[in-house]
Amino acid sequence: MTGEVKFLQGNEACFEGALKAGARFYAGYPITPSSEIAEMASQRLPAVGGVFIQMEDELASMAALVGASMAGAKAFTATSGPGFSLMQENLGLAIMTEAPCVVINVQRSGPSTGLATKPAQADVMQARWGTHGDHAIITLCPTSVQECYDLMIYAFNFSEKFRTPVIFLSDEIVGHMREKVVLRDDIPVINRPFPQGDPKQYMPYKPGENKVPPMAYFGSEYVFHASSSMHDETGYPNNTAQNADKVIRRLYEKIYDHRDEISIIKEFETKDADVLFISFGSAARSSREAVNMMRKDGIKAGLLQINTIWPFPDKKVRQLISHAKVVLVPEMNLGQIINEVRKLSEGKPVFGVNKVDSTIITPGEIVNKAKEVLQNA
Amino acid sequence: MPKKIFDYIIEDRLPFFWCEGCGNGIILKSIAKAFADLDLDPKNVVVVTGIGCWGKADDYLSTNSLHVTHGRALAAATGVKAVNPELKVIALMGDGDGLTIGGNHFIHAARRNMDITAIISNNFNYGMTGGQYSGTTPEPSFTSTSRYGSIEPPFDICALAKAAGAPYVARATVYHVNLLEKYIKNAILKKGFSVVDVINICPTYYGRFNKLKSPVDMMNWLKNNATTKLEEGDIYNNKFAIGEFVNEDKLDFSTKYASIQKNARELSIHLEQDLSGR
Ligand SMILES: Cc1ncc(C[n+]2csc(CCOP(=O)(O)OP(=O)(O)O)c2C)c(N)n1
Ligand code: SF4
Ligand SMILES: [Mg+2]
Repeated sequence: MTGEVKFLQGNEACFEGALKAGARFYAGYPITPSSEIAEMASQRLPAVGGVFIQMEDELASMAALVGASMAGAKAFTATSGPGFSLMQENLGLAIMTEAPCVVINVQRSGPSTGLATKPAQADVMQARWGTHGDHAIITLCPTSVQECYDLMIYAFNFSEKFRTPVIFLSDEIVGHMREKVVLRDDIPVINRPFPQGDPKQYMPYKPGENKVPPMAYFGSEYVFHASSSMHDETGYPNNTAQNADKVIRRLYEKIYDHRDEISIIKEFETKDADVLFISFGSAARSSREAVNMMRKDGIKAGLLQINTIWPFPDKKVRQLISHAKVVLVPEMNLGQIINEVRKLSEGKPVFGVNKVDSTIITPGEIVNKAKEVLQNA
Repeated sequence: MPKKIFDYIIEDRLPFFWCEGCGNGIILKSIAKAFADLDLDPKNVVVVTGIGCWGKADDYLSTNSLHVTHGRALAAATGVKAVNPELKVIALMGDGDGLTIGGNHFIHAARRNMDITAIISNNFNYGMTGGQYSGTTPEPSFTSTSRYGSIEPPFDICALAKAAGAPYVARATVYHVNLLEKYIKNAILKKGFSVVDVINICPTYYGRFNKLKSPVDMMNWLKNNATTKLEEGDIYNNKFAIGEFVNEDKLDFSTKYASIQKNARELSIHLEQDLSGR
């Protein structure tokens, strides 16, 4: 790891990662606990020739991202639950028009206004299915300030490579904690594929490599139509059943065909683990400490930390579960990721460690639950 | 070579999907005519549309276009313009799209003075979904969801745009085509947020519900109720003032932002010092 060393907040590191990835457009509407990202963007983007704009709401912010992306910019926004709900409409627009962009949701406790300054991890399924219609989505979760920086670059890279919005699902704990971070310069930056050949023949939605259509920008020689309505390779509407089937499947497959590449996971002491924790975000930090505590007590515990929650890393989860005696899923909600794990557990018991009182899940609470489960096993 | 209407309208994509007698074709032709007269290069034009009958106008255009969600055309157009101020960005919206579900974006785009031209097909109802009332439906007219007569006062689009700060605001009707073409041209030429409120006819729904059965009846209705004496207009009572309400010069968002970008490197260092000194 090479690069400048800093002591930053998770939210600040998100901004640094975005900037490093080449982000030059931010549109957003302030909301706790994400506002630091907007504040930094307003200060820093113009200095690199970028644009920050504070929109009238999150519906507009998300729509502006799509416009900016089509005009050629790497675009992003940051919000929290209430704003993320409003963004669902035009998140669909970004999916349908294949507009690369990154949406940061620093999760807070809901429903609705909820506990505005307190953490939660309850938007897991909203990230997956919040916008209507069949679709695929990529969602990354950071567990540390360093990961805020690193994964932000990956988020942009995936969005550019696959021409898709990417959701960056942080939480209040990770967003507001301060840690050492290396502003790495060793992660390669990927840019969207640009079309080649005769501009008159350009078909803006004709799939290229990886089922992803090369992307022009407004103002280039390649004039194009982009549409929220069902369209064919020309970008103009096409309402035939055959075309709809083709488009919806391609939009899904361009992501699901690359699950292995998109899946970012980290394993801690999983090789011989009898007790396997599967967790993400801030809960994964506590889980890691729980592993240390249990190992000290002579219990073989391990952690699978999932950074890419969508698409869910089925293969890895299935493989690790098959070796474990018991599986526990700590998460700050009433059980969302656990359902994905259960689908793969083939009858092996999977237990939740859930908390929704807006306080962090402590390592001790995880250890206690694991021991209780072991006793009854 | 001088440009022609069919340099912008794709002949192969005709006929229009709109009903016979719909006024949308008149507005689209006026827009293409304005593009041609202004000799715009299609690659530097981005037409952003929302959802509705009028929102399908981009289907026939050879320029760049971005067809977005219902009500959000101006928000998407703001993103396009902010990234590349050189582009001519035109937002085509219905009265439902642009002023009802999208009303908030409309006033803020005007306030922000984004250099975008908004051309609104104001047919006083939601044509696309079967003629329900919109935020501009006059009181007490009849629509498929106001069968006893609408009781909600309508927006006066021009008054609203003016109050929100738009530097160019005009109204024409699809009967007054010469004016329409002129205002569209002026609006495109204006640097800043420009609005053309085009009073349009929807014989299929608004006409049928309001005893204006044929397109000819509707055209006569426009002809008889329009006035170029702006002070005599009363949009609330179907008296359409047509003309230019605002035409002034005012720095637009992108021009101002460019100076921020220019100074930002230096400024941003000072800001950092300020913050660390707290
Ligand atoms: C969020 C959302 N709500 C409702 C609709 C359904 N809808 C489609 S077009 C439309 C109204 C169109 O009216 P207007 O903007 O006046 O355009 P017109 O059809 O009259 O040209 C509505 C309500 C939609 N597409 N999206
Ligand atoms: S419903 Fe009305 S607005 Fe829509 S195409 Fe028909 S006449 Fe035009
Ligand atoms: Mg209408």
